[in-house]
Amino acid sequence: MIQCRDLRKSYDTRDVLKGIRLDIPKGSIFGLLGPSGAGKTTLIKILTGQIHQDDGIVSVFGRNPACLTGREKKKFGIMMDNFGVYDRFSCGDNLSIYADIYGVSRERIRCVLKEVGLEDAYKKSASDLSKGMRARLQLARAFIHDPEIIFLDEPTSGLDPQTMRGIHRLILEKKNAGCTIFLTTHNMEEAAKLCDKVALLNEGEIVEEGKPEDICRRYDHQKKIKIHLSNGENVELDRGETAAGKISELLRTGMLETIHSTEPTLESVFLELTGRKLEEDE
Amino acid sequence: MHNTLVIIRKQIRDTFKNKTILIQFILFPLMTIIMENAISIADMPEFFFTKLFAVMYIGMAPFVTTANIIAEEKEKNTLRVLMMADVKPWQYLMGIGTYVLAICMIGACVMSVGLPSSDRGFFLLITCIGFLISIIAGACVGILSRNQMMSTSLTMPFMMIFSFAPMLSMFNDGIKKYSMVVFTQQLRILFDKMSFEGYSKTGTTVLCASALICVGMFFFAYQRKGLE
Repeated sequence: MIQCRDLRKSYDTRDVLKGIRLDIPKGSIFGLLGPSGAGKTTLIKILTGQIHQDDGIVSVFGRNPACLTGREKKKFGIMMDNFGVYDRFSCGDNLSIYADIYGVSRERIRCVLKEVGLEDAYKKSASDLSKGMRARLQLARAFIHDPEIIFLDEPTSGLDPQTMRGIHRLILEKKNAGCTIFLTTHNMEEAAKLCDKVALLNEGEIVEEGKPEDICRRYDHQKKIKIHLSNGENVELDRGETAAGKISELLRTGMLETIHSTEPTLESVFLELTGRKLEEDE
Repeated sequence: MHNTLVIIRKQIRDTFKNKTILIQFILFPLMTIIMENAISIADMPEFFFTKLFAVMYIGMAPFVTTANIIAEEKEKNTLRVLMMADVKPWQYLMGIGTYVLAICMIGACVMSVGLPSSDRGFFLLITCIGFLISIIAGACVGILSRNQMMSTSLTMPFMMIFSFAPMLSMFNDGIKKYSMVVFTQQLRILFDKMSFEGYSKTGTTVLCASALICVGMFFFAYQRKGLE
């Protein structure tokens, strides 16, 4: 569905993307993780045809995004961090503009507002919406025409956990409906929860990619099991037959309170690979 | 065409919610009706306020509103969303231009109510020409502005010249001499005559040159900055 080969983009003398290679199959959620300024938004802009790459091949729906027809571009649903809404309009009116542009029925507006949990805000002015509601309105706008590919640029950035969970549910529903979703985030929990495949982007380069759990396993250098006992003691065991016997004994005696493997989080992997955190202060 | 109509509908809906724009549209027609009916001074030229305010309306309302609408959409990034929904820049600009022209023409019709019916057609034709030049100039400013603040800063000096030069020229010959090169001053002369008969070649040249400069500036600005 989406392919990039040796994609490069520079602004003035700064190389923003340095040889990106991606393959995103239809119906999957792809997560691009990286700190602010890593090049995530630039990549979305290239994939959606908003800007052109300097070098390399990009293919969306089998074609260069810059050459996509209007009809093909209407198969995109895009929610970018900085995309605004019409503040003086109600939620319903905001969506009715796009319903008219995309040629979808007015009934769909109420339907999509219900999907994102804004059914009661149909007549509410966009200027009166909270940040979370505003994000959901933007999602509704991206979903209104049932797009085939959805680009979400940090869709849950700065939102409370409840709103975040609601948005995650919507994203998964869209995936189940067959949409391909390209998601950028610097929230590794979000990526691990939602994405079939992630790529870690640092200073314009993909430093690692794969299934979130595979990446974490790949960087599990300690290969240990951490156990917390009911007497408050913490025990670390090397994985193996000895550990199996010990764990079995702890279970039998009721001493075992919690048990964890030592594979790292995506955050730790990123830190190991780049020396940077995903959510560094800008 | 479909997208242009969507933009026009969006703007019409916004007119009643955006008080800044609404005031621009109704201020001069309203003032014309009030002043023409309330003030009567001996030796005052016929339809003095209608002609005066019509020129000010031409120099202010379409120019400021067009620039403001485009700049606001750029600032809030709603224009980019429209472009991503495959609204072409020309469809958007055509929608905004048509909307501003239509609303201003309604205002001009209101202003022309007191005029003799034989003059109304000419009055509306001249205001229409003026609106078109003003809208294109406003679009240039909108395209060149990154946000509303920049748009206001850019429109203010031009708006003062377009709107007030014809009025001030009535009291000061020095200003009158220079204001002859301003298109609104030429429109003022046409309103006074209410006919093309005897209209100077200089006046025609100023009007054509103003239109050409605005169109040239528009293409220059669009080429350099696009709509985003």
